Amino acid sequence: MSDIEVPAGELKIVGGPMLELLNGFIRELREAGLPVSLTENLDAMQAVKHIPLEDREAFKYALAATLVKNNTHWRAFETVFEVYFSLRGREYKLGDELDDLLAGDEDGDGQEAPEGMDGMRGSGGGGEAMTPEELAEMLYKALQNGDEALMRALARQAVKRYAGMEPGRPVGGTYYLYRTLRNLDLDAVLDKLMQQRKAEAPDLSTLEERLEHDEYEHRIEQLKKEVEAEIRRRLVADRGVEAMAKTLRKPLPEDVDFMHASREEMVSLRKAIYPLTRKLAVRLARKRRHGRKGPLDFRSTVRHSLSYGGVPAEPKFRYPRPSKPEIFVIADISGSVAAFARFTLHLVYAISNQFSKVRAFVFIDGLDEVTRFFEGVDDIADAVHRVNTEADVVWVDGHSDYGHALEVFWQRHGREVSTKTTVLILGDARNNYHASQSWVVKEIQKKARHVFWLNPEPRSYWDTGDSIVGEYGAHCDGTFECRNLRQLEKFVENLT
Amino acid sequence: MAYRFDTVDDVRTRLKGADYLADEGIAGVVYLADRLGKPIIVEGPAGTGKTQLAKSVAEITGARLIRLQCYEGLDESKALYEWNYKKQLLRIQAERNSDSTWEELETDIFSDEFLLTRPLLEAIMAEDPVVLLIDEVDRVEVETEALLLEILSDYQVSIPELGTVEAKQIPLVFLTSNNTRELSEALKRRCLFLHIDYPDLEREKEIVLTKVPDITESLADQVARIVRSIRQIELKKSPSVSETLDWARTLMLLGVESVTEADAADTINVLLKYQSDIAKAVKELADDKGGQRRALGKIAP
Repeated sequence: MSDIEVPAGELKIVGGPMLELLNGFIRELREAGLPVSLTENLDAMQAVKHIPLEDREAFKYALAATLVKNNTHWRAFETVFEVYFSLRGREYKLGDELDDLLAGDEDGDGQEAPEGMDGMRGSGGGGEAMTPEELAEMLYKALQNGDEALMRALARQAVKRYAGMEPGRPVGGTYYLYRTLRNLDLDAVLDKLMQQRKAEAPDLSTLEERLEHDEYEHRIEQLKKEVEAEIRRRLVADRGVEAMAKTLRKPLPEDVDFMHASREEMVSLRKAIYPLTRKLAVRLARKRRHGRKGPLDFRSTVRHSLSYGGVPAEPKFRYPRPSKPEIFVIADISGSVAAFARFTLHLVYAISNQFSKVRAFVFIDGLDEVTRFFEGVDDIADAVHRVNTEADVVWVDGHSDYGHALEVFWQRHGREVSTKTTVLILGDARNNYHASQSWVVKEIQKKARHVFWLNPEPRSYWDTGDSIVGEYGAHCDGTFECRNLRQLEKFVENLT
Repeated sequence: MAYRFDTVDDVRTRLKGADYLADEGIAGVVYLADRLGKPIIVEGPAGTGKTQLAKSVAEITGARLIRLQCYEGLDESKALYEWNYKKQLLRIQAERNSDSTWEELETDIFSDEFLLTRPLLEAIMAEDPVVLLIDEVDRVEVETEALLLEILSDYQVSIPELGTVEAKQIPLVFLTSNNTRELSEALKRRCLFLHIDYPDLEREKEIVLTKVPDITESLADQVARIVRSIRQIELKKSPSVSETLDWARTLMLLGVESVTEADAADTINVLLKYQSDIAKAVKELADDKGGQRRALGKIAP
């Protein structure tokens, strides 16, 4: 399956079009945020010399092994790779087929998919004539049998038919994806598949049923990927590689903005937070162990001096007693900033053994303590979920009211703030023009060790519209912009 | 220099001969490491065969495996070399009565004879083919990583008293990491990067079939599918390949031919190590997700 347009001979001296192409590819990777150094660039050039170019997979791994040194960057790499290297082959080498495909002919793949295709040929002799019902029926069969070749062909057909792609139309790939998938209605297909399976084998145990279900789900995922790839191929053909790479460019998980994360990005964020918390915990524990030595331990020094005949040859030091602050987290969990609050709570609780006590309060316009959800719970994600569903945070209308929430905090818990307490307030300080009651923050600051305000909005938006972060910030020991995991991690690490 | 492997497929088939089922990515990177003479950083969840890869490669190339297990506090004298000072002292004492000069003595006690080689130096000095495995490199401190840099980029070790020792042949080097911390850029830049994730269904089944003698194909298939389902649940610790194998062996010992829910619930503690994970998985597996839920309570959680 030679998908890359440069003949093998030309590559022996990496130069010409291949060099051009690889350079563009690496430039794009850097644009996407991957740190590719010059040596790595050269390594990649070396590596591809050793790989037979016909083997697209090997080519991909050769580039990945030399250019991508962090697993979270893999997805970004894959996207860029698909854009740069998959279509080119089709465009150059399989040019005719592509035209055929655009014209609605399925012959190129027809041979690979014997049984399903027969029905189609019989009824019309070409993809053009297939009715939506026939397409759905064939898709159903392909999914049922796990026939990958047929699935691929059908994915193409579906994109052609349903996506309604027009050349030059400035619409993103997600729009076409959505249109295609909506027409295929895969959820219903899945239900139907399961029902048929149950009808065929009525004595399936729940476990077996579950396994069947997972299998079908897996196949449907495959199909979705095929559809996505097909859309991408067509878009690249229409707009050119560089423009396309630019539209597809997505921030790396650690750079995703909390406030504007799409659902898919949220999932990747949630996945990213686990290793992150683990790394953070290990790092902090190590820092503690290797921390600066404490003051001289006189007793221990004298005791050890006995083995040197009374000469204090080996001075002993006390271990430093690191301060373990108490943390109060007061978080706005109204719609716009909920995700941010969730991640912060998650991170703070993940390293809660670094603190003597962690208490969490959430608010929208009313305030509720949610510490109880986290106590004795293994699964932080679960606790955070309960916070979002069970906490009693609405007082009047469910629009953020920082003033009232802070006032309630002060009345109920103000007394518990002590000199050991570090208070974190999370929110965008968009107060819907209510009274700010910033005196509360001032009072808290007087009693507490530190008060920090974390704002998930970009700094340039602060104090615009109904944001009054400046007013509160005047009484805080620090206000921080925490738009993504990277910034959040940095803040939390410095907290201990 | 003669290469160890002819093609990517060659790597794959030979690894398979050593009962290690490599996927396209693994075989490709091993092949490249041989061609480019570069070390490989192998990263991935615990129990996916990172260390085993190094062992298997050593086996198929007929090389000796030299292993450096990393831990916090690892230093030069444990990783690179050390002077055998006791022997040096003895030498000096023995010299006392003879009339050799100081210079003679000095060159004498700082010679190969008094050098204790540690794994890294041993790999460099080896005459026979070796595979060097630096295990769990993320456990050493960032500063200690610097020890490795000279070896990894130039395959040489500088010993102040002796000069630079260069490698007689370029060993294949594997560094494994469990990703408890970010490795330094300097280290990453010098290496090829390989992420080994949980295998896909087909490969896992193959692995079970290869590694568990006498297992039937249908049971292996079922095991692989159940494990895949469990990995989709959000757990503290997903089952690793080695745990899958343990589980398959357990099922074999119990004489199970086809896994029922009760079997799964009884033996799932082989797969999962946290009580909360077990409870969650048992509950999830009993749930058919299909909407038409059957009478629950078949399995006692």
